[in-house]
Amino acid sequence: MIAALRKEFLLQWRTRAQAVAVFVFGATSLLLFSFAIGPNSAALRQHAAGFLWLGLLLSSTLTLSESFHAEMENRALEGLLLLPVSPRVLYYGKALANTIQLMLLGIALVPVMVVLYDAGTTRIPTVLLIIVLGTAGISAPGTLYSAMTSQARAKQTLLPLLLFPLIVPVLLASVKATSFAILGDPMEQGSRWMALLIAFNGIYWSLCGLLFDRVVED
Amino acid sequence: MAANPRFPKLPHALMTLGVICLLVGSYLGLFVAPPEHYMGEVQRIMYVHVPTAWNWMLSVLFAFGAAMAFLFTSDFKWDARLEAGLEVGALLGFLLCCQGAIWAKPTWGVWWDWDPRLTSTAVLLCSFAGILALRRFVDDPPKRAVLCSVATIIAAVDLPIVYFSVRWWNSLHQMQSSPATVSSQFHLPLRLNAFGILFLMSGFIAMRSRIASQRLSEELAPPPQEFAEELA
Amino acid sequence: MPMEPLAIDAAHLARRYGRRWALADVSFQLRPGQVMMVSGRNGSGKTTLLRILSTAIRADGGRATVAGHDIVKGRDEIRRATALLAHQSYLYESLTARENLEIMGGAPPTSAALERVGLLERANDPVSTFSAGMRKRLSFARVLLQKPAIAFLDEPYGQLDPEGFVLVEQVIVELKRGGATVVVATHQIDRVAHFADTKLALENGRVA
Repeated sequence: MIAALRKEFLLQWRTRAQAVAVFVFGATSLLLFSFAIGPNSAALRQHAAGFLWLGLLLSSTLTLSESFHAEMENRALEGLLLLPVSPRVLYYGKALANTIQLMLLGIALVPVMVVLYDAGTTRIPTVLLIIVLGTAGISAPGTLYSAMTSQARAKQTLLPLLLFPLIVPVLLASVKATSFAILGDPMEQGSRWMALLIAFNGIYWSLCGLLFDRVVED
Repeated sequence: MAANPRFPKLPHALMTLGVICLLVGSYLGLFVAPPEHYMGEVQRIMYVHVPTAWNWMLSVLFAFGAAMAFLFTSDFKWDARLEAGLEVGALLGFLLCCQGAIWAKPTWGVWWDWDPRLTSTAVLLCSFAGILALRRFVDDPPKRAVLCSVATIIAAVDLPIVYFSVRWWNSLHQMQSSPATVSSQFHLPLRLNAFGILFLMSGFIAMRSRIASQRLSEELAPPPQEFAEELA
Repeated sequence: MPMEPLAIDAAHLARRYGRRWALADVSFQLRPGQVMMVSGRNGSGKTTLLRILSTAIRADGGRATVAGHDIVKGRDEIRRATALLAHQSYLYESLTARENLEIMGGAPPTSAALERVGLLERANDPVSTFSAGMRKRLSFARVLLQKPAIAFLDEPYGQLDPEGFVLVEQVIVELKRGGATVVVATHQIDRVAHFADTKLALENGRVA
């Protein structure tokens, strides 16, 4: 497991220029969303959480579709499987690495959101926790689907096509919880959405780990 | 599957029966049953909408079951059934969304009201469309079968989560309709249509999986005994 | 036949790509410690055969045991006992030569392996800067680090320089001396024929 994680972080560190490009893409999409609403600061602040998560979601398809590129280039994944490294270990290593990369991206996009939409918040730990849970929820099925689509034609189209409907609950829960953190949460409803995120993570981190073996073996 | 390679009698019989049930049920629902007290004539769409919804759920369960069965048995007859279940499920889901929108417009004044049932149907319809696209883009039959089974299981497990999250997100809607909450005059057309769609759907699934398994048996044919040039 | 367990026992192996049978019907047996040469034209099924036996891909027909384990049921045991030198290098382009060996797990003696294949000076350069021949050498180092009981070498001479040819032969002899079984798929029939114990010629996915 440690070797698998080390491999993931080495690979990500060597391609860090790509992570910067993904961040620029995410920030640009946040800028574009505000043009869709118009210069109405109250409306922008109202929808800030939604825009943040949509930006993060769109950027995540770039990160996820790229994450199996290095594995397929020289069939390195097959090489590891033949060592043999357990597919489960490879899955969790990759899903964890994707979570961390998306989490950092999410944290980097928060200041952009605060500046563009005037959506400041003092509940920093809560927002951090939502970002961790939300990006974990995207990564768990996203990593599996990325492994699946990397074996198909038209991979760039298929990944969002399969992933977006699936993570509707993650998007809903993350947006709601973030909104409550920004706009105030007198009824303490945010924790209910966090519980949903935790449940989604629990289900998909275990289910995808079970299914990954069938996906990567011929 | 290959029990009856000639004229497929069973699917045709099921489809005929289904069409008859639907015709009678719809006639009763449209012309014989009294208009509903509060909602009036609009309510008559329920005679087809509610049976579609029940059968859509059955088709999703069927696809999920076929996907699980394939992963456990690796028997390609389940892959053929999965293909049929996915297509029929996508068709019923599409019909359900259209009927839901038609019902919503006169009732609530909008085509789409983000009702949890309507929304989770739409989400699952998108998932099934994605899986059907995946089927087209993987050429190797065993790989295709495994990937589609995995994607179907993941999408089906998501359905209750989507349903509950949308319900929390937007809590307004009437109770689920079932014969118990509808008065007895409405039972007969509802039941007839429910069985009509069930028979029609079973016929479609049987027919479609027969076509799929014929294609699969070509794709999975064993190697020829000897090559022609070696015989020469 | 002595009752010695076979290194490889393959019966009617077959594999399809799309509707074409790359391997139609191949059966053979190989005793431990032997070197077998697999020859045949392009597309005759050599690579497919080696990939099936090393459990990289499934077989669509037939059965086989490798190192006493069934290729379907004993997949993990076979993977522990074998190593495959494939067409694809199995290397990560953005990692260095040394890192590519280190991620194999444990604490492998990477320097020794790199020296053995003549890449020690380039150990800390990323693989993306390597030539095709150097990648092949690094893949060889990967195979050596796995210490296989059965080694599958698919086109070991491909892209190598004359010095590399000598290296390949030394490695095969070394593996054999250590008791390993070696299966070599190659077009260099004359070179390998010197030290091969048995031969298997393939044609159109069948034993010719």
